[in-house]
Amino acid sequence: MSGHSTYNPTTGFGKFMDARMPIVRLVHDSFVSFPVPRNLNNWYTFGGILAVMLVSQIITGIVIAMHYTPEATMAFDSVHLLRRDVSYGNTLQSWHAVGASMFFIAVYIHIFRGLYYGSYKAPREVLWILGVVIYLLMMATAFMGYVLPWGQMSYWGAQVITNFFSAIPLVGDTVREYLLGGYAVGNATLNRFFSLHYLLPFMIAGIVVLHVWALHVTGQTNPTGVEVKSKQDVIPFTPYATVKDAFAMVVFMIIMCYFVFFLPDYLGHADNYIVADPLKTPAHIVPEWYFLPFYAVLRAIDFNIGIPFTDIVLIDSKLGGVLAMFGAIAVLFFVPWLDTSDVKSANYRPTYKIFFWLFAINAVFLGYLGSRPAEGIWIPLMKASTFWYFLHFIVIMPLLGWFEKPLPRPASIADAVLAKSSSDTAESQAQS
Amino acid sequence: MSEAHASDATRRDFLYIATGAAGAVAVGGVAWPLVIQMGPNEREKAAGGPVEIDISAVEPGMLITVIWRGKPYFIRHLTADEVASAKNAPESDFRDFAAADSRIAAAEGAAEEWAIVGANCTHLGCVPTKIDTGLEGWLCPCHGSKFDVTGRVMKGPAPTNLPLPPFVFASEEKLVIGQDKAGA
Ligand code: HEM
Ligand code: FES
Repeated sequence: MSGHSTYNPTTGFGKFMDARMPIVRLVHDSFVSFPVPRNLNNWYTFGGILAVMLVSQIITGIVIAMHYTPEATMAFDSVHLLRRDVSYGNTLQSWHAVGASMFFIAVYIHIFRGLYYGSYKAPREVLWILGVVIYLLMMATAFMGYVLPWGQMSYWGAQVITNFFSAIPLVGDTVREYLLGGYAVGNATLNRFFSLHYLLPFMIAGIVVLHVWALHVTGQTNPTGVEVKSKQDVIPFTPYATVKDAFAMVVFMIIMCYFVFFLPDYLGHADNYIVADPLKTPAHIVPEWYFLPFYAVLRAIDFNIGIPFTDIVLIDSKLGGVLAMFGAIAVLFFVPWLDTSDVKSANYRPTYKIFFWLFAINAVFLGYLGSRPAEGIWIPLMKASTFWYFLHFIVIMPLLGWFEKPLPRPASIADAVLAKSSSDTAESQAQS
Repeated sequence: MSEAHASDATRRDFLYIATGAAGAVAVGGVAWPLVIQMGPNEREKAAGGPVEIDISAVEPGMLITVIWRGKPYFIRHLTADEVASAKNAPESDFRDFAAADSRIAAAEGAAEEWAIVGANCTHLGCVPTKIDTGLEGWLCPCHGSKFDVTGRVMKGPAPTNLPLPPFVFASEEKLVIGQDKAGA
């Protein structure tokens, strides 16, 4: 897709550099002349938004780290000092905390865009897998970041999540002690989480480079799911995609600013304004909203799995819950092979389209269930919803490829766009 | 193998293998400290000595939580009713059944009975909340595991009972956690 380079250095310095280290050429070919499908819609702007959010988290993070003390008796106070007494500390801290949530909103939209338009299908499997790796690293980063303010939710979140590892048979407790640096969550844990929270975003940035590289080899998908065939199908990245991305970014930032300036604590939990207390678990512990669906999956498994009609337990409820939770993420790696249809866009897959929306509704519902206590009616609902989550990937996706009859697809992107615009003009003429 | 084959191995092959082996040992030697430093440090390990707790003020029905080795433990003074209901509960109520007697302790010659158990839920480590109404015992706020007054798991995702720490009653008023009977 990269095609032939059209960069033409004009200045003397430009020519000098181009013969020695053609970085301007690289940027020009990747972000100026790079051809993108002419029919991209707004769902395709979230990749750019994610890149900006990563930079935003890194900048605000480095700045607030200058005021932060990673020590168990001082961490809580240092964050509150930052919020109250440092010039603009309040804004910077909430930009970082709200930024994490906005980052996840963007990544979820980006992932669902991929699921709708079949972005993971050949030849974009590696691109998709790199995306899932970024998502995993984001979750690790956000989890460790949330521990840093050392409030009650920070502490108990760390307690619960590091305990996942103690479910590993035989070596689990030792693994957990090595993660925590002690027998319980404590100062050593806070120290290392700060170190890793600082490191991981830069690793994400590294994987993002690979992700964009893979993207520029295969090119983008588009709402028709038909690959680019000729020059007619594409437009240059700049100005068209640049401006569209920038506009979406502005809208996204307006929403973000509303939260930062008017509802800075809306997405947080009141319990995190109480300093960590190892003796008392908050009455209702819940993770950050972006982990809720997985939290529901974890809690759905409250039974041992054994050999039927015997007392032999193969997987106890604890290991089962943890496996299901990690499985819910791991299954994403296999999506390119679980989906057996070679039609990319759901616009031409009438049955998949229905199941896609059912899946999306179920995923949101799973998140809602994650915020409910594990009692009464919520438990069977969590089980049903978890079941549907896995059923979608493991049974529905493979079968649809065989049974579904896709709609006829346009011959090319240009055809689809021209057909649409001529019918639009016909309509507007009919109206006038 | 045949002699012809053996003579195929040259001195160069030997050097390759020896260099590779030395390299692997070196990489392992460098990786080892990087991994081992993650574990609990020496001060943390040394801080694991026994703790003495004065239990004279803990009335029947009351619960205190103490810390040993960085982790909380419950000391629950059981009422006569609680002891009776724990002993009468049918085995089928429990996921990881253990006889009530094995989980209830008393000082030598004293009538007061105690449950002394780890306070981290065996599911993912939250501290369960004491409940005094309905099914007495503990309820874990995190994922809803339910334990009876002696810490035996009845419901929810926790796979095993709350663990019993090593402890010994130094007297009717003094409990030592972290030391077992033999060492007393
Ligand atoms: C992938 C990018 C990042 C994500 C998703 C992220 C996420 C988070 C989250 C969720 C919190 C907790 C905020 C709260 O509830 O108060 C946090 C705190 C923190 N982060 Fe980050 N972070 C990122 C990058 C960084 C970077 C690059 C640094 C640089 C050192 C950093 C430094 C900090 C510090 C010092 C805190 C504690 C202060 C506070 O609570 O606001 N973060 N981060
Ligand atoms: S930690 Fe107690 S039920 Fe999960």
